[in-house]
Amino acid sequence: MRLVSHYNASLAGLTEEQAEFRQAVHQFAEKEITPRAAEIDRTNTFPMDLWEKFGDMGLLGITASSEYGGLDQGYFQHTLVMEELSRASGSVALSYGAHSNLCVNQIHRWGTAEQKAKYLPDLISGKKVGSLAMSEPGSGSDVVSMKLKAVKVDGGWKLNGNKFWITNGPVASTLVVYAKTSPEKGSKGITAFVIEKDFEGFSTHQKLDKFGMRGSDTCELVFENCIVPDENVLGTVDKGAAVLMSGLDLERLVLSGGPLGIMQAAFDYALDYVHERHQFGQPIGTFQLMQGKIADMYTKLTASRSLVYAVGRACDNGHVSRRDCASAILYSTEKAVEVALEAMQCLGGNGYINGNATRVVRVPPSAEMTEMSTPTSGYGYSRLWTYGLDLASDETRQFRHYAVPIRPTRRGGGGGP
Amino acid sequence: MRPTSARLLNVLVPVKRCVDYAVKIRVNPDQKGIDLSVKHSMNPFDEIAVEEAVRLRGKLKDAVKSIKVLTVGPPKAAETLRTALAMGADSGIHVELPETAPSPEPLSIAKLIKASIEKQKEPIDLVIMGKQAIDDDAGQTGQMLAGLLGWSQATFASKVEVDETNKVALVTREIDGGLQEVRCKLPLVVTTDLRLNEPRYASLPNIMKAKKKPIEKFQPSDLGVDVTPILETIKITEPPKRIGGTKVESVDELVAKLKAAGITAV
Repeated sequence: MRLVSHYNASLAGLTEEQAEFRQAVHQFAEKEITPRAAEIDRTNTFPMDLWEKFGDMGLLGITASSEYGGLDQGYFQHTLVMEELSRASGSVALSYGAHSNLCVNQIHRWGTAEQKAKYLPDLISGKKVGSLAMSEPGSGSDVVSMKLKAVKVDGGWKLNGNKFWITNGPVASTLVVYAKTSPEKGSKGITAFVIEKDFEGFSTHQKLDKFGMRGSDTCELVFENCIVPDENVLGTVDKGAAVLMSGLDLERLVLSGGPLGIMQAAFDYALDYVHERHQFGQPIGTFQLMQGKIADMYTKLTASRSLVYAVGRACDNGHVSRRDCASAILYSTEKAVEVALEAMQCLGGNGYINGNATRVVRVPPSAEMTEMSTPTSGYGYSRLWTYGLDLASDETRQFRHYAVPIRPTRRGGGGGP
Repeated sequence: MRPTSARLLNVLVPVKRCVDYAVKIRVNPDQKGIDLSVKHSMNPFDEIAVEEAVRLRGKLKDAVKSIKVLTVGPPKAAETLRTALAMGADSGIHVELPETAPSPEPLSIAKLIKASIEKQKEPIDLVIMGKQAIDDDAGQTGQMLAGLLGWSQATFASKVEVDETNKVALVTREIDGGLQEVRCKLPLVVTTDLRLNEPRYASLPNIMKAKKKPIEKFQPSDLGVDVTPILETIKITEPPKRIGGTKVESVDELVAKLKAAGITAV
């Protein structure tokens, strides 16, 4: 029974190459992130020094061209990386996702040759941290109602307004920012810009003290007469909605790796625990109630993985579907919350303790769950979960912390870039 | 005779695919072996050996002409070679055994490595290998190889310095009493101890590049070596479970208990 705690590569349908790829990332995460995850969570401190290690490992430009130091791989591989990093630390993985997908991949997809040559090498080597800013204090789910205003001036644009809940905001040097260039045209008046943190008139407010995902720094961005040169327009003026919406699909897919990693970690931990913990003279894993939970957790994890991987493969085959990307993150996040709560229950009283000396699982599923619609697709709905799960253990094992960022769509009720 | 001119160094690193160090070992019900349907990875001591070879190139640059890695094992052992290639080795040699073949013994492995070395177009100057594998902990192959080849040997190395022009190596060895420095003439077999270095992990770009590096395949018969084991495994059992101790209240009680257990001052 304990064999199921191992990642099921045959069921996951990985090719030999993909399995090797995943294994390499797993080893990296175990060595570089896992031992520090508890500390990062406790101190709510972004691990800046990890970024160059990510760069050396080749993690920051999975989908970018090797011309800029990238790996020339697909979204499936990127999802695998997200999953493995999330197993080690949900918050580090969230910042990683914001950097490598939201920022790097967007610049790679939409940037001019000059923009790519200027920004991508430093982002992919980890010298600089990237971010993407969409949400505003009054524009969460309804993102196209954004108020950040860009007015044409000689040689560029003058930005005024602010952005809120921006992942990596406090640490980023390069930010993809959406603003209204023609407010009267609604969603057809949005333009994407590449902002450098040293631009005059750009500043960030204090880091937010979050309930989960601690160590993935989040803040408000402030633009006060911030001048952005023309060459920093990403894509075409007034066509930013296309940049935004197409990016969201791929972001949902890649970030779906997060809940998979969280589930695997929670499941592995709970499985070990029910073997070790004895009551009535036998391991609690021999009781049917626990066996039922383990079976549920395993099934939810593998079903989620199967869906996410199928969507990832479809995207790499050229079939990027809004509904499928949304369903991948909808389903995996829902199941991650359920699996985390079940894992917590497997641990009984120990599951409710937050501390160093004892084995704990802390699950604050602060569910900010919002039913929402995606008008441009005409399809369905997705939900937003803000959710965090931390797992840790006693001295004999290293602390492990997980927290999940789950933002199925930028149109969620707040949260996310 | 070897040419004495300033020839460049060729390094060979034999590696072994083992049950991963993190896996809990389980004895099969028939007590003839252990459960092998678990995660495998490169023997950690061999990782140190590969790392040392790659660092040697980092230090001596072009003086290290080639780093070859060699493994003896089933088809899946090729993964271990790929890992070593991703860490920085140039090419691989896979002496392939059938999936179901019994695990070969150190002497067979030493003979296979020797035969592979003799097959090389350019002579090997330095073999760096793990001092033991974490599965059977035999710790014999390096010494046997040096013996068969008639080469110098420096086992349990914690530091290796190679003087490529004079063809000598200064190796610091970990011995019971402390550290011992030995000066060895090349060709040489070095076996690595834990403190020699901390191996790198292969980066994703290097893993991809490694796929293009060549791996030569041989059968033991190509090398004229019979790998049939000469030892018979009678029984494998788990080590006895450790029983928890008790607390004593005073030194007198402790001494009394020690005496009762038959332990006396030396």
